[in-house]
Amino acid sequence: MSAPVLARPASVEAATRRRVRGASRRRRVVLVLALLVVAALAVTLVAGRTYYPPGDVLRVILGEQVPGASFTVGRLRLPRAVLALAAGFSFGLAGVTFQTMLRNPLASPDIIGISSGASAAAAIAIVTLSLGEVQVSVLAIAAGLGVALLVYSLAFKGGVAGTRLILIGIGISAMLDSITSYVLSRAAEWDLQEAMRWLTGSLNGATWDQTVPALVAAAVLTPLLLGQARNLSALQLGDDTASALGVRVEHTRITVIVAAVGLIAFATAAAGPIAFVAFLSGPIAARITGAGGSLLVPAGLVGSLLVLVADFTGQFAFGERYPVGVVTGVLGAPYLVHLIIRTNRAGGSL
Amino acid sequence: MTTHHRLTAEGLTLGYGDRTVVDSLDLAVPPGRITVIVGANACGKSTLLRSMSRLLAPRAGRVVLDGKEVHRLPAKELARTLGLLPQSPVAPEGITVSDLVGRGRHPHQGIFSRWNEKDDAAVAAALEATHTEPLAERAVDELSGGQRQRVWIAMALAQQTDLLLLDEPTTFLDASHQIEVLDLLTDLNRSRGTTIVMVLHDLNLAARYADHLIALADGGLHASGTPAEVLTEETVRAVFDLDSRIIEDPVSGRPLMLPIGRHHVVDRAGTLPVGEPTA
Repeated sequence: MSAPVLARPASVEAATRRRVRGASRRRRVVLVLALLVVAALAVTLVAGRTYYPPGDVLRVILGEQVPGASFTVGRLRLPRAVLALAAGFSFGLAGVTFQTMLRNPLASPDIIGISSGASAAAAIAIVTLSLGEVQVSVLAIAAGLGVALLVYSLAFKGGVAGTRLILIGIGISAMLDSITSYVLSRAAEWDLQEAMRWLTGSLNGATWDQTVPALVAAAVLTPLLLGQARNLSALQLGDDTASALGVRVEHTRITVIVAAVGLIAFATAAAGPIAFVAFLSGPIAARITGAGGSLLVPAGLVGSLLVLVADFTGQFAFGERYPVGVVTGVLGAPYLVHLIIRTNRAGGSL
Repeated sequence: MTTHHRLTAEGLTLGYGDRTVVDSLDLAVPPGRITVIVGANACGKSTLLRSMSRLLAPRAGRVVLDGKEVHRLPAKELARTLGLLPQSPVAPEGITVSDLVGRGRHPHQGIFSRWNEKDDAAVAAALEATHTEPLAERAVDELSGGQRQRVWIAMALAQQTDLLLLDEPTTFLDASHQIEVLDLLTDLNRSRGTTIVMVLHDLNLAARYADHLIALADGGLHASGTPAEVLTEETVRAVFDLDSRIIEDPVSGRPLMLPIGRHHVVDRAGTLPVGEPTA
């Protein structure tokens, strides 16, 4: 231990004050986001083509039989809303994890091909091979990890440079999307809705069979990632600095990649690669939380909120019903363009 | 008073790919002193520093801290004794100075342990020592190069290690900021007894600030000792392939190296006017 060097008490107080202020702002942000998610969840359960009073909805959730509501709320709206919650949280959390780890907002799993890999695998498993939920999830995870490994090893040249990884990822992503399109085009009996699900993500026709695996995966993998939050914050300072701070860099990276890919794969197997949610949630969370602390939980909540609101908007705001991925795609694409223009201006490279 | 840790390299061989950068090197870092490593570009200075802080595993030989091999020590345990400021650390966009300095507390925290009084005290002391307290709430990306370097040193100080390794802490800084950083490190060494090992590019600054100077050449130790012992015309020729004159620095009394190139040399025979400072 170092000889204790004492700071003036006033400086220590100032440090405590700054730290407490930062922490309480983060707590407030998390609380407000959580309340907004609950509110959005409540609205999607109560409102829609038909209105059911909150009392009826609550009774359905508690397992009572309510004529009409039991079917509409219990079988249609509830699994759909829970899937929106779980998938949104998974995408948001996994997205910000990748962005933090690779220190680049463009490095989210939906840009660098991981979502596309999981989606292509799920499409093949369901549409071509007619497999069950468990096998679909396993295949999606294997494909997600495979793509992560492939992109990482193709980008590896004595260290992974951000730009190379992102460009390779975008290329692989495009190839995988074309595989998905091909699979869908060969399966004539599958309708447009199903195609939309695997190309842009959709919650249409969500059932408990789809929802439960995604929910369980989120419940298991989230604590695993949160346990790595501090290591991730250190990793943001560069591999060497993180290592000097006592982080086992490779161990952290592998744990984090496996957990984040797992989240993406389970969510994608259920809802498809809902466009840009992983990509958008982190930056939005950073904007409202400030850069100091961990963004993992705020980004997950932003993801849930985005998917819940976008799905509700897609269903009821227009004359036609649009899948959730179309709405989030409209939100995400301009941000992607903005980010590319900004990074280009900053230094000519990503 | 600081407990003095012994850091040594024994038969250390380092390399990347199939290139050997450092070849069976032995050295001992004198505890409680400032050691400066100098050498030509790509002679393995940074590589050596990286290996001493276990960022790079040795091909052969070992780095030993208090009798234990650093590459076998638990990561956090080592990080509580030995800190490293790499050449180009990355500050996350928008992070404030106090948040960045706080990250230096990482090795003192477990997954579930909460931030406590001790952490606040360490951050406050680090900000004070580096005179960065007035900047505490500013964003790191808004600061000047000199201020930013002081903030990074503050982060390393918040780690509260007895040994601090720095890889070219004065690169990209102008003359006054270079002196400011080196003075700060000297303060640290004198007031806390922190053992400092750093790589410097500027031979004259190295000679002025080092207690112990190490010159590397061709992946091996060429000379080590006090600046007066190491910084000689022969060493400069062997290490940098450069002719020079060594005079006594009128400011510090340490050796001062005057390079002799092909131009602007008044008298090759070697009778430079020593008494008059050469601006």
